[in-house]
Amino acid sequence: MSELLAREPAGIRVEGVDLSYGTTRVLKDVNLEIRPGEFFAFLGPSGCGKTTLLRLIAGFNTAERGRVLVGGKDISALPPWKRDVGMVFQSYALWPHMTVRRNVAFGLEERRVARTEIGPRVEAALKLVGLEGMGERRPAQLSGGQQQRVALARTVAVRPMVLLLDEPLSNLDARLRVQVRRELRELQQRLRLTTIFVTHDQEEANTVCDRIAVMNDGVVQQVGTPMELYDHPANLFVAGFLGTANIMPGTVLRDGGGAAFEIAGGTRIPLPPGLAAPDDARLVFRPQDVSFLPPGADAGGRRLIEGEITHREFLGASIRYGVRVAGAEVLVDAPHMGGEGHLAVGGRAVLALDAARVKLLTA
Amino acid sequence: MAFTLVALFLLAFLVVPVLTVVTVAFQDRASGSFTLAHFGDFLSNDLFRTSFLNSLYVSLMSVVVASLIALPLAYFTTRFEFRGAILVQTLGVLPLIMPPFAGAVAMGLLFSRTGTVNLLLGDWLDINIPFMEGLNGVIFVQSVHYFPFILLNLVASLKNIDRAMEESAQNLGSHGFRLFRRIVLPLAMPGYVAGASLVFIKVFDDLATPLLLNVREMLAPQAYLRITSVGLEDPIGYVISVVLILFSVLSLWVSSLALRGKDYATVQRGGGGLARRRMSRGQAVLAYAVIILILMLVLAPHFGLFLLSIATIWSFAPLPDGYTLAHYTRVFAESSQYITNTLIYAGLAGLIDVILGTTIAYLVLRTKLAGARWLDYLAMSALAVPGLVLGIGYLRTFFGVTLPGGTSLAAFWGIIVLALAVRRLPYALRACTAAMQQISASLEEAAENLGARRLSVVRRIVLPLMAGGLAAGFITSFATAAVELSATLMLVQSSNDAPLAYGLYVFMQSPAGRGAGAALGIVAVVIVGLSTLLSHLVAERGGGRKSA
Repeated sequence: MSELLAREPAGIRVEGVDLSYGTTRVLKDVNLEIRPGEFFAFLGPSGCGKTTLLRLIAGFNTAERGRVLVGGKDISALPPWKRDVGMVFQSYALWPHMTVRRNVAFGLEERRVARTEIGPRVEAALKLVGLEGMGERRPAQLSGGQQQRVALARTVAVRPMVLLLDEPLSNLDARLRVQVRRELRELQQRLRLTTIFVTHDQEEANTVCDRIAVMNDGVVQQVGTPMELYDHPANLFVAGFLGTANIMPGTVLRDGGGAAFEIAGGTRIPLPPGLAAPDDARLVFRPQDVSFLPPGADAGGRRLIEGEITHREFLGASIRYGVRVAGAEVLVDAPHMGGEGHLAVGGRAVLALDAARVKLLTA
Repeated sequence: MAFTLVALFLLAFLVVPVLTVVTVAFQDRASGSFTLAHFGDFLSNDLFRTSFLNSLYVSLMSVVVASLIALPLAYFTTRFEFRGAILVQTLGVLPLIMPPFAGAVAMGLLFSRTGTVNLLLGDWLDINIPFMEGLNGVIFVQSVHYFPFILLNLVASLKNIDRAMEESAQNLGSHGFRLFRRIVLPLAMPGYVAGASLVFIKVFDDLATPLLLNVREMLAPQAYLRITSVGLEDPIGYVISVVLILFSVLSLWVSSLALRGKDYATVQRGGGGLARRRMSRGQAVLAYAVIILILMLVLAPHFGLFLLSIATIWSFAPLPDGYTLAHYTRVFAESSQYITNTLIYAGLAGLIDVILGTTIAYLVLRTKLAGARWLDYLAMSALAVPGLVLGIGYLRTFFGVTLPGGTSLAAFWGIIVLALAVRRLPYALRACTAAMQQISASLEEAAENLGARRLSVVRRIVLPLMAGGLAAGFITSFATAAVELSATLMLVQSSNDAPLAYGLYVFMQSPAGRGAGAALGIVAVVIVGLSTLLSHLVAERGGGRKSA
């Protein structure tokens, strides 16, 4: 049935978009290229401009500068109802005065699709989201998860060029969220529908999306696959927003042979040759890139930092320690092997840092 | 204990009088057995049939005209960004601070065949529009007075529509009038129906406006005239009362049916009302023209009444011949008892309402008493009882009850207070319930946990938190009771005991008394206006405390 709803995937291009609300600049020179059939995320904290950008693509906002192309066609001047861009709203926006079936049929009726075709398309859409037989219910009679599926069915029924999802999981409880995000991914794959997913939750973005645009303060900070972003963050914001990062202040030292980074307390970390080291850079490493050195063990070329253990969180597979090092706090993940001894809060510890894993990043 | 007292009060002053009215309508006068003969008499009489059809026609047309006034205003304020919105909101409550019958005479002076507007129209264009002829006058006065009910309800329901409702329709390819017809209109419908049915029933039940405009062939005036001229024994007044009750219940039912749908329409999150557009210059000019025209219409009764109150002679002329303060002097010198009586009656009625309202709210929300909910329903059912019917019921029920002084209970001024209290109780009860609902039970439990006893909790936690709501409930009761006339007209026995609205009615009967009547009307507008302002201030302060 789903072939009734599939169509040739289209790409999206956002070119040099600026947008302000009053005097507040909400989007600053945004450029993006989303490939046909891609599952793409706008990820960022609230107020970063991700929903504004999504609504711009749907035509509910107007840019002061720049343009938006879908399937190679400039849609910047089109009103929302002529864009053929399907959007699922955060609140679902199901019309309470219509049944599920009439909600789903609405877009087809507005497009003057032949009556004989509307029925099968509505059925196919409801079947796709697993709601066959629910057509005569009212939205108020459905659970939150079911309402969301109706909203999805209503949007894919019109066979939009692209699908926009505005925080689609935010109104669901935690257990349902995991299930629904998997279903969203499956549905997207089956329809090969170019999809943009707006979220502030990095786990959601990482688990379902092919690529992510991390946004902050109206600016696209970095675009890449989840792994690229985690392993090679472009700046301090991306490093801190995706996963946990230790960010340490200090000074860059240069002599003839190479550069080193001196953190407070005097420990020097040698920097790999060729690594750009601007003066205002900070040292960044993940909690798993640092470990406790057992007494008497060989440092093996790693850098040693001394500190005092200030707190401890049990995370299941690992234990996260907070270690105070010369005024800064370093998070250290130590694997939990079950029943093994752990370190006591208040004790001294020596940390071994793998210099090859560190990065120097600026804001 | 509290439950029994409240139940007895409602039984004595609401249930028994209304049941008496209904019983009399169905009772054979000689034998006391059940009969439909009175209804047969009613239906076979041309005058009553005409009155019934007239009442129906006037109510429906008032809804239509009021909608024509309210719809453009609601549309402008919710769909466009423009500064006139605040003007429209003010305009929305202005008519409500004036008793409609007070404006009726002034409207006559401005809009009748020989009124200002038609004199000017005659001079300029040689036309004469019969705004105030017969039933037209009632429709005109009532629509100008009651349109805010439709406006306020419609604006509220338009504002409550989740913006995503409109955007998702646009996203699916809908726009313009189709979008309005398929999405916006159905979602706003509950608010409109609720407002419209309210207007319908207010007009259908109203006694004073048609009487003052000298329109007698309508149901309420007929009932009044039968009881006052033929006598308390004449069954037709009771039959009409039953018809009035039936229509009240019917329209309340329609309104509650409409509002039940509203709940689920608007509770979605991320609301904020429909998207507003900027108006082009041409649209803005048009919008302001419509608004100013309506504003003038709405202010006409206030303006006319004020002019009348300071006029020496005003007839067959666009404006009065001269100006004087004599009417105010006369009112304050000779008839100040009307004003003091009103303050006392409305004040007492408001007090009774707040006490009853708080008690019922407390019983419903904080005790597990099985009958408490029924007490609530019973008190609310007063909404379906027209003032005229309650007045007739009181007369019939309490005429035989003699007070220690030898006078009949029905002739005692206190009975007016009770009638006012019962009529306004539903509004006060809702205010009290809302105020109490906002106090989380955990606030009381926290006080108990810290060692406060039950009474101490009520005194130190509940009452201070409810104060704003109680004040608002009192003021609403007070302001509306101050200008109530339907029940009062039946119950006032001597002009010494009469409230302001009655005095106004008496003054307006004679051309010589009109100036003084208008002065009294202005006093009423000032009283109601000030109390409305006060209740807004109280509500705002209370709102600040709640969010803290």
